[in-house]
Amino acid sequence: MSISKEQIEQVAYLARIQISDAEKSALESKLSSILDMVDELQAADTDGITPMAHPLDATQRLRPDEVTEPNEREKFQKLAPEAENGLYLVPRVVE
Amino acid sequence: MQWETVIGLEVHVQLATQSKIFSGASTNYGAEPNTQACAIDLAMPGMLPVLNEGAVRMAVKFGLAVNADIAHRSVFDRKNYFYADLPKGYQISQMYYPIVGRGEVSINLPDNSTRPVGIHHAHMEEDAGKSLHEDFHGQTGIDLNRAGTPLLEIVSEPDMRSAEQAAAYLRKIHSIVTYLGISDGDMSQGSMRCDCNVSVRPVGQEEFGTRTEIKNVNSFRFVEKAINTEAERQIELIEDGGTVEQETRLYDADRNETRSMRTKEFANDYRYFPDPDLLPVEIDDDYINDVRGELPELPDEKQARFTRDYGLSEADAAPLVQNQAQADYFETVAKASGDPRQAANWIMGELARLMNQNDITIDQCPVSAESLATLMGRIQDGTISTKIAKQVFEALWNGEGTTDEIIENQGLKQVSDSGEIESLVDQVLSENPEMVEDYLGEEVAKKQKKKFNALVGQVMKASQGKANPAQVNDILQSKLSKN
Repeated sequence: MSISKEQIEQVAYLARIQISDAEKSALESKLSSILDMVDELQAADTDGITPMAHPLDATQRLRPDEVTEPNEREKFQKLAPEAENGLYLVPRVVE
Repeated sequence: MQWETVIGLEVHVQLATQSKIFSGASTNYGAEPNTQACAIDLAMPGMLPVLNEGAVRMAVKFGLAVNADIAHRSVFDRKNYFYADLPKGYQISQMYYPIVGRGEVSINLPDNSTRPVGIHHAHMEEDAGKSLHEDFHGQTGIDLNRAGTPLLEIVSEPDMRSAEQAAAYLRKIHSIVTYLGISDGDMSQGSMRCDCNVSVRPVGQEEFGTRTEIKNVNSFRFVEKAINTEAERQIELIEDGGTVEQETRLYDADRNETRSMRTKEFANDYRYFPDPDLLPVEIDDDYINDVRGELPELPDEKQARFTRDYGLSEADAAPLVQNQAQADYFETVAKASGDPRQAANWIMGELARLMNQNDITIDQCPVSAESLATLMGRIQDGTISTKIAKQVFEALWNGEGTTDEIIENQGLKQVSDSGEIESLVDQVLSENPEMVEDYLGEEVAKKQKKKFNALVGQVMKASQGKANPAQVNDILQSKLSKN
């Protein structure tokens, strides 16, 4: 199965990744070979088999409903490019 | 052409846990920005989400309350999209294996009929943060306190056929989650939010029309208005030869119209996949039965009990049980006064009127259930008339003292002294000779009764409403027949 240039551009847009034309053609062949492998997997008969949600054969551990995290705002906001009045500032989001 | 509106609702309910769904940060509302956003909520590298048992318990509780199948195994998926208030770049949700399966609720309509509405499923997910678009030098401020707050998204079947039914459904969901104590249900604070899927079709047509989704409609009133407005828009569009496009729309309450959100065509490609950070959630029958044991009496059961034990009609019981606090208030008054029907009348009458007028709920009501029962007792023992009681009730509401203090201080005690009433009757008769003439000269019994009542009214007025009406009747009758 092959992937088109348009599909690569769409996937890149969805992932917010900028890619050059040269990278696009390299990705075209790489992704196509990955999809070929998926095709092979798809060919396997999986009727009656419950899909796995996780490779580990284990179940989710639950934590009690308790507040355990202290306020570490100052520490975190030092890492942010910009913060003001306790808010993280980001480029304007147009609604 | 006759059109039928088809509606399905997606209701997001914030679960009332202490901590977030995947982290130990607090979920308190109204804290200083970002003081309740920990490393997990901020999506710091290497952080792992761990599921909150409290959120699972609340989701199961809801499922049991709507007679739904509870999934013994449910799975979390990632819903991928980019937005500044979603730090991870995905929302953790349950796309394929939700915790709550098919269920049903019964909605109460204004004509006292009920109607079943199917629950398609309900799933757990996390809330996003908040974007503040006020002036930050042309930038947007992000508060992530809400990020990671547990949500239960309750998805109905497209079973509703009018905006009125949709509002009734939303009220029922609100009743259920607040009875269960799994959410405060406060729509003004965003604890409960609603998306409405609306389509129209000619009456009699089997297949559904193309639907639009109205996002984030945040009050009971707006749900009705938004749906009606959108249905009218679709009908007009089709009748003018157009076609409805499947899209997301926003309701503008100020203009009472819906607007297209004009998103990029592939913006809705969420690329769901199972979240590798979270293992499948397994719960067994013991756990489910344990939660079942915590279920309180639910609105429908309470309504049935109120009609059975207190002799109320369905019409009287339905509004009383809509919220737990009001139902509790009623029961206290009903027991203390020994007159459940009058208790219901007072609560749905005077009390409801003053609550609406002051825009408050019953837990903020200044008149306690005990004082209302005392007031009703003063009618029962003949101290005051029903009419005067309303006046006393307003005084109680305004904090002018206890029932007995108000009656005493404002001289509202019913006059049952026959001598006093007799002199009032004499006074009225002598001041209104033409009314007496009129009464005595009337030959039609029905008309004569009316004229008699007019005289009773005069006496009551002369007593400032305090005379015992039964005694006034008797005394007036005997005086007039002597004439």
